[in-house]
Amino acid sequence: MTVDQVIFFLVGALILVSALMVVTTRNLIHAALWLIATLFGAAVLYATLDATFLAVVQVVVYIGAIAIMFIFAVMLTRRNMLDDASQTNPGWPWAAFIALATFAGLALLAGQMHNAGATQSELFADPLAALSQALISPEAYVLPFEVASVLLLAALVGAVYIANRK
Amino acid sequence: MVPLSWYIFLSAALFSIGLYGVLARKNAIAILLGVELMLNAANINLVSFWRYGNNALMGGQVFAIIVFAVAAAEVAVGLALILSIYRSRNTIVADELDLMKW
Repeated sequence: MTVDQVIFFLVGALILVSALMVVTTRNLIHAALWLIATLFGAAVLYATLDATFLAVVQVVVYIGAIAIMFIFAVMLTRRNMLDDASQTNPGWPWAAFIALATFAGLALLAGQMHNAGATQSELFADPLAALSQALISPEAYVLPFEVASVLLLAALVGAVYIANRK
Repeated sequence: MVPLSWYIFLSAALFSIGLYGVLARKNAIAILLGVELMLNAANINLVSFWRYGNNALMGGQVFAIIVFAVAAAEVAVGLALILSIYRSRNTIVADELDLMKW
């Protein structure tokens, strides 16, 4: 077993255990903190995949902004959610069954991939430089990039309006 | 070396856990937490296919960045809606939000 595989197993175990805690803990603050652990594990995976920019963005945007926003929302709405009432729907065995069936189907499909055993190819160029050029080059992805920024602006204006309504 | 299929299996498991969270949890914020897990599973898939395929084509990473932006927008609007509902109905249990159900 190489170092790569050991790291993958440790990070994968961290991601899966903390994701399970996110969906099963009663206390939502704890769930949000476990989500931070999951997101950090995903950032480590991006680093092992040579997507260094995405690893940094994952920590800054996901952990620094989104997870903290969750914690704020939990604190603003926490009354009557910490009581003894069940945190799951009465139909949760069906949800578990659907989730397990989805995993079985996805695993079956993944097992049939013809490139399942592929190994990482050589990097053609510096991924960071290539990514920045792809994001601003008119022949590549400048239009989706700008559309995403407009979407983000519209969503934030809408969020302020909705949350501010008297 | 870690083969591609390990990343795919990991992200399939993460997606299924997120799906369980979306379907089973009562609290609307917990449902959004499940959605976040599913979006992250999709991102791990995108980046690993980029790395193991032709990595001169940056589409996988660019799409992952756009997923980040969409996730941020989704959380902002979703949490604003939840706060607004909490103010007017004093609950965020998804079962009790049946105003439009007949």
